[in-house]
Order: sequence, then structure tokens, then C-alpha cells
Amino acid sequence: MIPELGYGAAIVALVLALWGAVTAALGARTGRPALLLSAQHAALAVFVLVTACFALLTYAFLTFDFSVRYVATNTNLGTPFYYRITGVWGALEGSIILWTWMLGLYTLIVIVRHREGARELYPWVLTVMLGVLAFFLLVITVAAPPFARQAPVPADGRGLNPLLEDTGMITHPVALYLGFTGLTVPFAFAMAALITGRVGDAWITLTRRWTIVAWYFLSLGLLIGGWWSYHVLGWGGYWAWDPVENAAFMPWLTATAFLHSVMIQERRRMLKLWNISLVILTFGLTLFGTFLTRSGVIASVHAFTQGTIGAFFLSFLALVLLTALGLLAVRWDALHAQGELDSIVSRESAFLLNNVLLVAAAFTVFFGTVFPLLSEAARGVKVSVGAPFFNQVNVPLFLALIFLMGVGPLIAWRRASFDNLRRNFLWPVLVGVAAAAFFFSLGVRSAIAVLVLALTGFVASTITVDFARASRARVRLGEPLLPAMGGLLRRHNRRYGGFGVHLGILIIAVGVTGSQAWSVQTETTLRRGEYAELAGYRVRFEDLTASEESNHFKVAGAFTVSNGRGLGVLRPAKKFYPQETSPIAYVDYRLGLREDIYLVLGDFARDGSQATVKFQVNRLVSWIWIGGLVLTAGAVLAILPEKKKAA
Amino acid sequence: MRKTKFIAGGAVIAAALAYLIYAGVTQSAVYFVTPAELRASAVAGKPYRLGGMVLPGSVTWEPRTLALHFTLGDGTATVPVRHKGTPPDLFGEGRGAVVEGTWSADGYFRASLILAKHSEEYKAPHDASQAGYKELFRTLQGDGR
Repeated sequence: MIPELGYGAAIVALVLALWGAVTAALGARTGRPALLLSAQHAALAVFVLVTACFALLTYAFLTFDFSVRYVATNTNLGTPFYYRITGVWGALEGSIILWTWMLGLYTLIVIVRHREGARELYPWVLTVMLGVLAFFLLVITVAAPPFARQAPVPADGRGLNPLLEDTGMITHPVALYLGFTGLTVPFAFAMAALITGRVGDAWITLTRRWTIVAWYFLSLGLLIGGWWSYHVLGWGGYWAWDPVENAAFMPWLTATAFLHSVMIQERRRMLKLWNISLVILTFGLTLFGTFLTRSGVIASVHAFTQGTIGAFFLSFLALVLLTALGLLAVRWDALHAQGELDSIVSRESAFLLNNVLLVAAAFTVFFGTVFPLLSEAARGVKVSVGAPFFNQVNVPLFLALIFLMGVGPLIAWRRASFDNLRRNFLWPVLVGVAAAAFFFSLGVRSAIAVLVLALTGFVASTITVDFARASRARVRLGEPLLPAMGGLLRRHNRRYGGFGVHLGILIIAVGVTGSQAWSVQTETTLRRGEYAELAGYRVRFEDLTASEESNHFKVAGAFTVSNGRGLGVLRPAKKFYPQETSPIAYVDYRLGLREDIYLVLGDFARDGSQATVKFQVNRLVSWIWIGGLVLTAGAVLAILPEKKKAA
Repeated sequence: MRKTKFIAGGAVIAAALAYLIYAGVTQSAVYFVTPAELRASAVAGKPYRLGGMVLPGSVTWEPRTLALHFTLGDGTATVPVRHKGTPPDLFGEGRGAVVEGTWSADGYFRASLILAKHSEEYKAPHDASQAGYKELFRTLQGDGR
């Protein structure tokens, strides 16, 4: 009964979403408020129905309703309560429900926030949002029905993929999907601008905060994904250029470009066509990413299942792109810029270059990800390019981007004079050079590492110079230092929020560089009492213990770690799930600001006399997570409502 | 005049990007091959991804030296593979595996990386394989601590 209710709710929601999309469009054309009102009611009803679907599926998980195939494949009687709930979105069908639910939620927020303020654009925004919702509801009802029954009903379910039994599985998909679905809002506004011909700045101003929020969640999702990979997968890394990671990284890159290029439009009335194209591209990439990960077209360590769903996403992507391109062609004349670039040495061109580099990076990631398909289609041979390709191509781009991160915010608009350059960049350049010399003298010989550290010094100094100068100006006017700084952050929250995000990215860049350049590892088999040594640490194998958990057996090794003084015991393990033919590694680690000690249990003797262990000392990885926190603080500051008067 | 400068700048960036991609592809392209394809045209030192089934009875692993030897087959040809490291969790006899590495002139494939394939097939819980875990569990618990 419950599954049928869920299925019925999805169908009704699909009909209502279509109804709402059409009435909103009619309302926009005829100007009759009743039609628009009807569309709003439809949007509300869709949200309620999708919530009901979600709740019913969760209920089916909690009550072990194994007649539902999705429940039976993603849970079993031993699954702990907590993971029965996260299991709801642990695989394809449920993840689409979560996605749709968030999209419905965003649609409601759009209604609440923009119903009054954006009269011309708003009805069309509603049409686009409900249209996208209708597509996802179509997927739920036809392509990947989560409530499909199966017969005979098994006595027990298969169980959740053990790798997903982790707290990261609540936050990672939720953050990532909030980012993906959030990008629908700027897209809907861009389409509304094209449809109405109001391609001026209104849609950009209205969606600025939306874009930052979506961008932030996308960043958070990527970072939590990295953390999950680091502490669950047990290969000691956080990013593998896996197609699924790339699928989320591409829209992040283009969304980042968009966040920057809107500033040029706001300030100089330039790049209208570029901005609209970027938003369309970003939204297209979120769909493409979903296609990539759900269609099984590209082999990946964590791609979802195969099925007809790929065709659905590809068709919808084609529809979106064709519609958008058609509208762009219709509005071509209106999209021509009003401002012009005056000089190559100016803030406009720094931002333009930033955009070109970000889009170039997105393109290289796209190219590398689909390369196996391209080569097979063109030459009939399967060729893939792995992490070396992505690193080699992207490192120069990212280095240039970090450099621009220092230049862009401080260089003058229109045309930078020599004086402007000297005033803003003399000290930062000196600091950068000094940093390079300092780290070189410390024995850092990796050219990339020296460059990143020097650039970090440079960019951090530009931020310091700017902030110190502005604070000093306020202090001169009689304010005490701390309130002056606080007032500055509050008054120019957008600018300093952006700086905060930049600082976060810098810290992440240092973490990535350090972990790539200086991490060391060894792998060895130890008998009881034997030890392995690496980078000043000594790891001694004590013994093996076994324990029975609610849904698996666990074999854990005890290893004492010391570096002269005792640092405690690490217990990496292997978990044996009855439904899996292979054990799952359970990593143990000791995190530190400078380095993490990271142990993975490999093979072991059944009598516990010896164990093989992979022992890594990973440098500066924690900086990545700390950078994420700084980035969060910056993003929060940037989305605070702007304060018009000085504090 | 200004426009020309920007177009020139754009062209330089595009050319640099094209070069980066070209160099990246030529230096890191890895060919997917089956054992039969590798046997037909192996070039020593060139990187390959070799995919096949781990032949039953072919796996030897020496914990002290971490030397892992096995044979990959595809029904028509077989290739001996050598690797140094612990067998990954998903690795096992009779299962699919993809290894990355180079062909050695001495007649074996030197794998630097083993990507074991996840079996997608549905496996009923509480099947025979669980008995193995139970036994393992007992040995470890009874072990003299």
C-alpha cells in the first residue's frame, strides 16, 4: 500500500509540475494573476507531494519493506537505524528523490523571495523551475522508479553498500545536491531574462546571492567528498580525477567563473552574452554530470547503475541546450555589450583572464573525462588519460589563477597606472619573492611547491595590504582599531567575504601541494612485535582482534605509534559484510597540522601472527579541511545582506 | 588596435591550452588492452591498462616481500603479471581485474597498479561464503591473548 501511495504521489506531482509550468507561462503572457496564483499553488503541492514520496520511502526503509526492490537492495535487517535513513539516498533512485525534493524546496524559496520583487521575470522563472522539476519527476515515475515492487519478497535485503556506511554520506550528497539544484535558480533567471528580452542587469542582481549559496554548497560537497575518500576508501588520497568527481568539478569551475564575471557586468555593463552563456553552460554541466554518473557510459569506481536513465538525461540536456541557444540567437542584438575594454592592464582584463582560465580548466577536465569515448569513436581503440593528464594540464592553469587571485581585487578598473601597480603590488611581490627564497633555502626543491608557496605569500599579502590600508583609513577618522576592522567587514561584506574565500582556497592549495610533494608511504608485513619506520615514526604491530558488529565482522590490528614518545594505538581494520564477496578496509589515522599518520590493514595471517600494513605519512592534508572552514566563513560573510550605512 | 591586442592575447592562450592538452594526452595516454591484444603487439616500456580474468590457481603472494604474481586471461591468451604490494580487497581468483603498468622485455607484465573490478551481480546474503567468515572469526577469537 505504502509504495503505491508513493508512486501515485509522484505521478500527481508530475502532472501538477507540468500544469504549473504551463499556467505560469500563460500568466506571464496574459498578465492574469489568477493563472500565476494557480502555478504557485501547483509548486506548493509538488513540494508537499515530493516530501510525501521521500517520507514514504524512508518509512519503507525503516520498516524493512523488502517487497520494494530499492529497499531490498539498499538495506537489510542488520543495517543500523542511522544508515537505514541515509540509505534512502544511498543509490540512484533515492538520490533522484532527494534531488527533486531540494529543487522543490528551492522553487518555494524563489516564490517567497521573488514573487513581489521581480514581476516581469518571476513568472518565467517559475515556468523554468517547474519544467526542470517535471523532468526529474518523469525520471522518478518512469526511468528510475524507487517504489517498484519485486516478487517474490526476499526474507532479508542485500544491504547498503558498506562504503556508504559513514557519516559523510549524510553531508556529502546533501551539500552536493544543494549546490547542483541551487544552480537551477540562476539558470531559470537567465532563461527568464532571455524570454522576456530583459537581458540587462536585473537577473544578475537578483541571483547574485543564489549563485554564491549554490557555489558554496558545491564547494562543500566537493570537500566532504574528498574527506570521505580520504578516510573511507583507504588509498590515502582525497581526489583521483575520477569521472564522478570531475562531473561535480566542471560546474564548480564554470560557476566560479560566473561569480567573477557578474562583477564586470554590474560595474561596466560588459559581458552580458558571456554571463548568460556561462549560466547555461553551468546548468548544462550539472545535467551532463548526472548523465555521466548515472548512465554507466564511463567506467568509474563509484558510478551508479546502468539503464535507460542515461538516455533521459541526455535528451533533456539536448532540449535545454537547444532551447537556450535558440533564445540566445533571438536576443543576440540585445546582448551586445555597452562597455568596452580600455586596457589590458586593468581589473576587467584580469577578471576576463580569470574567466578564460576557469573555462579552459573546465574544458580540459571535460576533454580528459570523455577522452576514452572520443578515442573509441574516432579510432576504435580504448585509450584513457588518467590523473597525470589532469595534473599536468591543470597545474599551470591553477597557478595562473592563484596569481590572478592576488591581482584582480586590487588592480584599478579601466586602466591601471604604473603608480597604482606600485602602490598595490610592490610589497606583495617582495613578500612572494622572499617566500620563494625562504622555502628554497629550507630545502624545498619542487618547482611547483616553491611557486605555490610564493604565490600564496603574494596573494595573502595583497589581501593584508588592502585590509590594513582600509582599516587605517578608518582609524584615522577616529575609530578604534577593532571596531574599524569589524565595521569594514560588515560594510564591505561582499568584498571581504570574497577575500575570505580566497584565503580558504589558498590554504587548500598549500594543502594539496604539500600532500602531493611531501607525502611518503611504505608497505610491509610485520610479525607480532616487529615494527616499521617511516619519516621518524615507528609503528609496531601488537596483535589482531576480531569482533562482531550488528551487520558485519571486523578484524582489527593494533599498532602502537611513536616518534620517540608514545603517540597511541591505531586500529586499522577489515570489515567483512555477509552480502559482499570482498572485505572492506577500515582506515585508522592520527591527524595533525603538519602530517597525518595513516594506516591501512592489508592481508593478515588467520592466527594473528602477522599482518601486512600500508603505512603513510601524509603531509599538510589537514590544511585542505581547514581551508574549507575558512572558505565557509568567507562565503557566509559574502551572503550577509549588504549594509548600506557605515557601522 | 586594442581589439587586435585582445584577439592576439586570446590566440596565445588558445595555442598554449592546445599545446598543454596535446602534450598531456601524448604523455599520459594509456591503452586499454586484453591479454590477446597485448600478446599480439606488446611494446616494452609503453604504459597499458590490461584487463582480464585472474586465472584460478595462478595467484601467489609472498607477505614478507609483498611479491604478488598471477596470470590474467581472456579465454584466448594469458599474460603473467607481477606486482609488488598487497592484493586489493576486490582482487581474487576467478574475478575480473584491470592492471596498469608496462610490458617487460623478460616476458611478463609489470603492474604498478591493480584496479580490481567490483562484481555487480546480486549475491544472496547468508550464502556459503559466510561460513568462511565465521571460521575466521573463531580462529581469531580463540587466538591466545
